[in-house]
Amino acid sequence: MLTYTIRRLLLAIPTLLFISFVIFAVIKLSPSDPTANLPLTIPPEVREKIRESLGFNEPFIVQFFLWLKQLVVTEPKVWMNNAFGTEFEIGQRMISYQTRSPVLDLIVQRIPQTLWVVGTSYVVGVLIAVPIGIISAYKQYSVFDQIGTFIAMIGFSVPTFFTGVLMILFFSVNLGWFPSIYDTTHVVEDWSSFLFQVKQMIMPTMVLALFNAAQISRYMRSSMLDNLTQDYVRTARAKGLTEKTVVLVHVLRNSMIPVVTVIALNLPSVFGGALITEQVFQVNGLGQLLILAIQGGDVPTVQTVTVIFAVLIVLFNLIADVLYGVLDPRIRYD
Amino acid sequence: MAEPTASGETLVNVSDLKMHFPIYKGLFRRKVGDVKAVDGLSFDIRRGETLGLVGESGCGKSTTGRAVLRLYDPTHGTVSFEGTDVAHLSLEELRKIRPRMQMIFQDPQACLNPRMTVGAIIAEPLIEHESMSKEEREDRVVDLLNAVGLNPAYINRYPHEFSGGQRQRIGIARALALDPDFIVCDEPIAALDVSIQAQVVNLLEDLQKERGLTYLFISHDLSMVRHIADRVAVMYLGKIMELAPRETLFSDPQHPYTKALLSAVPVADPKIEATRERTILKGDVPSPSNPPAGCVFCTRCPIAEKKCFTVAPEWRELNPDQFVACHLA
Repeated sequence: MLTYTIRRLLLAIPTLLFISFVIFAVIKLSPSDPTANLPLTIPPEVREKIRESLGFNEPFIVQFFLWLKQLVVTEPKVWMNNAFGTEFEIGQRMISYQTRSPVLDLIVQRIPQTLWVVGTSYVVGVLIAVPIGIISAYKQYSVFDQIGTFIAMIGFSVPTFFTGVLMILFFSVNLGWFPSIYDTTHVVEDWSSFLFQVKQMIMPTMVLALFNAAQISRYMRSSMLDNLTQDYVRTARAKGLTEKTVVLVHVLRNSMIPVVTVIALNLPSVFGGALITEQVFQVNGLGQLLILAIQGGDVPTVQTVTVIFAVLIVLFNLIADVLYGVLDPRIRYD
Repeated sequence: MAEPTASGETLVNVSDLKMHFPIYKGLFRRKVGDVKAVDGLSFDIRRGETLGLVGESGCGKSTTGRAVLRLYDPTHGTVSFEGTDVAHLSLEELRKIRPRMQMIFQDPQACLNPRMTVGAIIAEPLIEHESMSKEEREDRVVDLLNAVGLNPAYINRYPHEFSGGQRQRIGIARALALDPDFIVCDEPIAALDVSIQAQVVNLLEDLQKERGLTYLFISHDLSMVRHIADRVAVMYLGKIMELAPRETLFSDPQHPYTKALLSAVPVADPKIEATRERTILKGDVPSPSNPPAGCVFCTRCPIAEKKCFTVAPEWRELNPDQFVACHLA
């Protein structure tokens, strides 16, 4: 298993290099100008100088490798200097066109919000989905199953920008229960501020959780149904085990194998899904950073955030594969 | 050949057992009918004997086996195990009686939980039903593995690491774990190679002798049933056509369906085989959701008369111990 994991990690390097090259090419092929958002009064010669100083006029390949050097050489050095007090020589850091601050600093600032909202929503989604899937499958075609199927269909087919706005309209505008905007500057220091934090997290979390739960509950249900009719379940019943043991130990453990991998595989795509939800609730997380960077033609930020998503996808693919091997004794990688 | 060991005392009595599966159709999934998988079976299984249950695919053999063990809830009828009506016990009481009646399944791969080791599979019922220390339990598992001819060193392996014959031995060891009196063998050899079939059947016979087990042996292999069973029941479309001691059934079958079945068994002598007369049945088995009126076999019976199409034949004892459901026998 260890050899397999290391081999996969090594293989991930060329994969990611290729992905980042393609992303870079796509961004560069799109007509975008880092000075386009600057005031119109700035004369063209000055604009040209700004472009020059950003390295915008260098050949495409040179720009790509400069970016790559900054990501894998310069930024780790900065991190080492901060973390261990080493004193590496640091060249030019990767600078955001829009904010003039280092891109990696921006990303590090944004990650906690995204992790809080998106992470919580994913955990909540899984916690809702798994019991719903189990009961739906165990009582197939019951009223509970029908309602569960209906809600899953809604959660799956209605986009988050719609459910999000609907919730704002209902709970913030009409009922006034929750704030419509997520306040990132809010600091939790006592009970009441904690309550406020919970309140402002409920809506974005639930919108994302509904979407995630819809998908996972369907996987859970079909996986349970596959296993419930298996002979080994009949064996378990014939052994005289209680129904609880039969369902929750024998059937559930086997049904979790595909579901756990789906959960792991979907995790990075949640960051993508959060893109829109973060915008709706004004959570200034990674998703919002990416959207603003796209609007501002901020090539280094767009490039770096997108590549980080790519890294997450490759990484969680590997985690899903390894989990499969851990959970299912029939699968061995060596 | 197995010596008849039956003592004559009834262990399991099945009376008018019916197992119907509802069919739901249409927009509102209304119930439109039933698949009459098992439709009114009555038979006894005597302590220590092997009752063979034969019939073609889809005739309800496996359903019978499962309903007898209450792995399905029967639609109608009683299954009394030493006087206790298993078909109507509460789930908790049923769980208590489970150790006495076990099952060996057709597919030795599917019937073992793929995520459990062999040791855990065999030990699980012991944890559930008996208070044993961990060491006692381990000893018991090792004994069981030895009893079915498996190397106890394999105790921590997973089912997928074994061959088909070995897996079936695991299934047998599991069934034996709680020292049952009665085992339903649901085509235990159908998924195995012929060379392995003999081994498993011999193992079943040896275990029966050692432990005084009673088998309901479900199979579609007539020669295997002839080898292992003391009495044989022939099923067709959810009903038993004929039930007789092995020798009587194979030498003097009374029901036209039994005759047709027996005529299909090949003989391992080319001279006899060349002159063997076969009764070939025409047509297909009718759908169990819409069985024919009268005798269920009437649509394919070579000797059917007018009466057969309207009146269901009575289940009667034609000769001592030979039961037949046919007007013309």
